[in-house]
Amino acid sequence: MDDWLIAIIKVVCIWVWVLLIAVVMTWVERRGAALIQDRPGPNRAGPFGLFQPLADGIKLFTKEEIIPTKARKILYILGPLLFSVPAFSTYAVVPFGDKIILGGKEIILQVSDVNIGFLFILALGSMAVYGVILGGWGSSNKYSILGGLRSTAQMVSYEVPLGLALLAIVFVYGTFSLRDISLAQQGTFLGFLPNWGIFKQPLGFILFIVAAYAEANRVPFDLPEAESEIVSGYHTEYGSMRLGLYLFGEYVNLVTLSGVTVALYFGSWHMPYIDLGAYLGPISWGIVSFCIFFLKVSFFLWMFVWVRWTLPRFRYDQVMGLGWKGLIPLGLFNIFITALFIQLTV
Amino acid sequence: MNQNPTSQTSYESDNYVTINIGPSHPSMHGTLRIVAVTDGETIVKAEPDIGYLHRGVEKLGENLTYHQFIPITDRLNYCSAIPNNVSYEMAVEKLMGVEVPEKAQLIRVIMMELARIADHQVCIGILGVDLGAFTPFFYLIIQREEIYEIFEWFNGARLTNTFGRIGGVDADLPDDFEQRWEELKPNVRKANDETEKLLTHNRIWMDRTIGVSTFSPEDALNWGFTGPCLRACGVKRDLRIDEPYCMYDKFKFEVPVGKNGDVFDRYIVRMIEMEESIKIIDQAYKLYKEMPADAPLMARVPKVIKPPAGEVYSALESPNGELGFFVKSDGSAKPYRIRIRPPCYMMFQALPELVEGEMVADLIACISSLNVIAGELDR
Amino acid sequence: MDLKKRVEQCLGPENFVVAMTECQGDLSVEVPKRNILDVMHLLRDTPDLGFNFLSDVFGVDNLDLNKPKKKPKKKEEGEGAEVEEESKEKGPLPPRFEVVYLLLCLERNERLQVKVRVEESDMEVDSLYLIWKASDWPEREAFDMYGIRFKGHPNLKRLLMWDEFSAYPLRKDYPLEGQGEERHLIYDD
Repeated sequence: MDDWLIAIIKVVCIWVWVLLIAVVMTWVERRGAALIQDRPGPNRAGPFGLFQPLADGIKLFTKEEIIPTKARKILYILGPLLFSVPAFSTYAVVPFGDKIILGGKEIILQVSDVNIGFLFILALGSMAVYGVILGGWGSSNKYSILGGLRSTAQMVSYEVPLGLALLAIVFVYGTFSLRDISLAQQGTFLGFLPNWGIFKQPLGFILFIVAAYAEANRVPFDLPEAESEIVSGYHTEYGSMRLGLYLFGEYVNLVTLSGVTVALYFGSWHMPYIDLGAYLGPISWGIVSFCIFFLKVSFFLWMFVWVRWTLPRFRYDQVMGLGWKGLIPLGLFNIFITALFIQLTV
Repeated sequence: MNQNPTSQTSYESDNYVTINIGPSHPSMHGTLRIVAVTDGETIVKAEPDIGYLHRGVEKLGENLTYHQFIPITDRLNYCSAIPNNVSYEMAVEKLMGVEVPEKAQLIRVIMMELARIADHQVCIGILGVDLGAFTPFFYLIIQREEIYEIFEWFNGARLTNTFGRIGGVDADLPDDFEQRWEELKPNVRKANDETEKLLTHNRIWMDRTIGVSTFSPEDALNWGFTGPCLRACGVKRDLRIDEPYCMYDKFKFEVPVGKNGDVFDRYIVRMIEMEESIKIIDQAYKLYKEMPADAPLMARVPKVIKPPAGEVYSALESPNGELGFFVKSDGSAKPYRIRIRPPCYMMFQALPELVEGEMVADLIACISSLNVIAGELDR
Repeated sequence: MDLKKRVEQCLGPENFVVAMTECQGDLSVEVPKRNILDVMHLLRDTPDLGFNFLSDVFGVDNLDLNKPKKKPKKKEEGEGAEVEEESKEKGPLPPRFEVVYLLLCLERNERLQVKVRVEESDMEVDSLYLIWKASDWPEREAFDMYGIRFKGHPNLKRLLMWDEFSAYPLRKDYPLEGQGEERHLIYDD
């Protein structure tokens, strides 16, 4: 019984937490954009515009739900659901801290530590592609179809470099589970470098981060949604809460991808060189590891915002060219080098 | 306006999709419509359709007096209204044979070059936004607001400044122009520098703009191109040097010339022109300061302007190209015929040739780089 | 002027010059309508003229210029009646429309206006599209605004007004407020 209760509490907590981060991200995006662009940003709805996401949420909730006449109803309604549900569920396998000991029971700060770890993430990410293509096709609008097709092609193409980078991680750590990989990133190697993934897999990190931007449909890869000529791409015909599901799903995707990046490449909840777990008590270590983890995640979320407002966007054929002709050969090369290294050093 | 411009052609294969980049769309070029027949992402044929902002300006001109027409010329190229005003005034002055005093000419030059900077700022900003680089737009627009402050403080209006009168200028530059200009100059240069740092050597920007809609100089001249788009193709032609007006022959400035005529060259030409405009304003202001304080600002023109019967054409180098006015008078107080030669009209008609074989994303980049302004196109 | 002599030398021998006027330094030459293509070829190809850039093409409606002024400032009716009688005695009115071409020589920076008079009964002029593609839209606009047809133009449709618009707005007898035409859009389904 206890285990069930703990699991349910973890699910609810992490679900609320991720949703909160997504909501705060809308605020960060707008204020961050304003900071980069030398203007104030939203500052009316509450101090520093902090109630702006609340205002946006209320607006989206209270708008009228319109379904276009020519739209295929089932596909139109299914699209946002298929996009946002995998986005929320993927976070189940990402750790958000080490363990905490409450009332004598050791609770790991991860909703479920399955041993297929990030394969689960890749699989659910592929489901999200359905959400896009159904939304685009179901809207019965030329621009939506164009946007949906572009986005689908992009997301499917960039799953391959993502998978190749993750495969190299498996070579290094020998496991798919994100918790085990996080635990293995303690300490140092070569005397001075922390045992983080980025130092063991620099090329893999670059591949992963580029593929992550493409999977999340963010600039410079945001041609499916913000192109001037296809208006808003696959979510042109959506309004009210369905659009809200698409937009929140995007931000939750960002949080998940940042979480995976930190867990695999940036030492998860470990501080470099200092092993805090040995100094702090169990409860405080749980809380501190949670904070360290989310500090690192927030750095990567800020990176997403920063890059969005700095770079122009790619053209469709350039995106495809980069993915297939650039990243996949690099990914294969990375695997080859990693395997060679491991063979020679073990 | 056509409902089906491609119905006469044979582009009805099953593989072709016709998309309509309609009169209301997210880029800020005004109300234009382009019907693009695409094969996947490649454009087979792109036909522009204009007339959504047609206000009958030429017909209005035949019913208003010469002075009453000046505010209407503001609304042609509304991103930089002053060259429109000055071009019209110069045409009427040429018809009447009136010589504008030097001080007024210098004030005209200063204001026209400020308007040129403002127009290029908005053109490059919008080019960035259309291509996904949102930030340079803001840096440039903030400086454009400062230029608008100068316009408002001199003319009374920010955007549609009805500048000047037939025969000269109505008011002198107030005393603290120098201080304002010295404050504005480094800021404009800084915004341009930041834009260059963000864009010019950026790999993604270069990929998106180099080689897109290249145009040879012979084609450009055949189609009637003028202005930055012609200079980007490699033809060194600038009315300020070739047919000098308003004391431009007394200033030293460079005219940038591109090589390939693609979007990147047009962008670079405009960036350099902004810098050259700053130099011209400095030189013009230096000459202005040497003029006596009570030098005349207006030539002696009658209160009711009735030019002698005749017809005359006068053109100047507006930020977009050769903006010309053909004024025909029959001796009465109202013009008989006014014809406006819009620069981007000639360039937009070449759109099918410019974007054939390019991708849809390039179509947007090409239109942005031509700086098509619907007010000028449709009149 | 030197330009005037050169133009006369070029076009004169074939009797292409109907009239030549000059206004404030702008030279304007009127040529017969049926010879416009030959004139343009000559102006472009003669080495000492070399007009290789077409700046603009537009139409002018001379209806009010040809008519005597019907609102004289005289107060007596007798004089007004005399003026009307006089005009009736004169010969046929000159052609109503003109098409003006603005040419430019890039090397020498010289401009020339070439005019062609178009009768109301025969409103067709040869199109310059094959010589300069820059005449594409200006000729369409002249057609749209005045009704002057251009023979040989690849796509002579209305440009600024909508396709089904029936009148020609820039003519002098079209009122400024319009005649109340409305556009009715037809939807497919």
